Amino acid sequence: MKTNLKIRVQAPGDPTRIAIFERLERGPLAVGEIARGMPVTRSAVSQHLKVLKDVGLVTRQRAANRQIYRIDADGVAGLRDYFDRFWQESLQAFKQAAETSLKEKSR
Amino acid sequence: MNAVATIPSVRHTIIVEAPREHAFEVFTRGIDTWWFRDHSIGKEPLQEVVMEPRAGGRVFERGIHGAECDWGRVLVWEPPSRLVVAWQIGGDWRFDPDPAHASEYEARFIAETPTRTRVDFEHRHFERHGDAARKIRDGVDSGWPKLLAAYAETAKAA
Repeated sequence: MKTNLKIRVQAPGDPTRIAIFERLERGPLAVGEIARGMPVTRSAVSQHLKVLKDVGLVTRQRAANRQIYRIDADGVAGLRDYFDRFWQESLQAFKQAAETSLKEKSR
Repeated sequence: MNAVATIPSVRHTIIVEAPREHAFEVFTRGIDTWWFRDHSIGKEPLQEVVMEPRAGGRVFERGIHGAECDWGRVLVWEPPSRLVVAWQIGGDWRFDPDPAHASEYEARFIAETPTRTRVDFEHRHFERHGDAARKIRDGVDSGWPKLLAAYAETAKAA
């Protein structure tokens, strides 16, 4: 899965967007349900959902005549992938450091 | 409260052309020789990464002006065969002292020959960062902390 990680990690930054994300963690919701009790307009909530959707953190599904949003499990997996790469590169650097220092030691 | 699903571990195996004792030494006391310099969370630019060589020892970074910032603790210290470290960087990419919020990584050092070592690596229990991730806020200013924050943010959601 290839996504723009930089944009994605910036996506949750806005406090309203974080609040929306947290509501969705409790389960899938329609826009109206997400917006209920929030100090912003429903259209602002839709805008935030669009950003979260564009970066792959949430998905949208039509159910009856409503749009239902939920956390995107694949997007979450993408971030685990980042960590996977982080260690892969770090372990490679470790291998080089260990082999180089061994040569220096035996010189 | 939803049940938190377990996030799969990150696993890697790497072959090092060095005796097991040496590989363990470089991985632990020598962590500063291989750690990527941009992977830090302190307020000051990174000067040095330190792993105290004992169970309960601190893993931390020291900035160029001497400020120290904890990353975690050594949980298992069994030279030259096994190391487990608690990863205690929370969702706000600060040190979180609560062990219940820590993931952990383990490195096993297996001698394939007297001069060749296989390192089996695993970073596991990502989901434990869940609660700390709630503190995620704006003001993140460099790549790695951002990624950690995002990872923790999504870790609680998985």
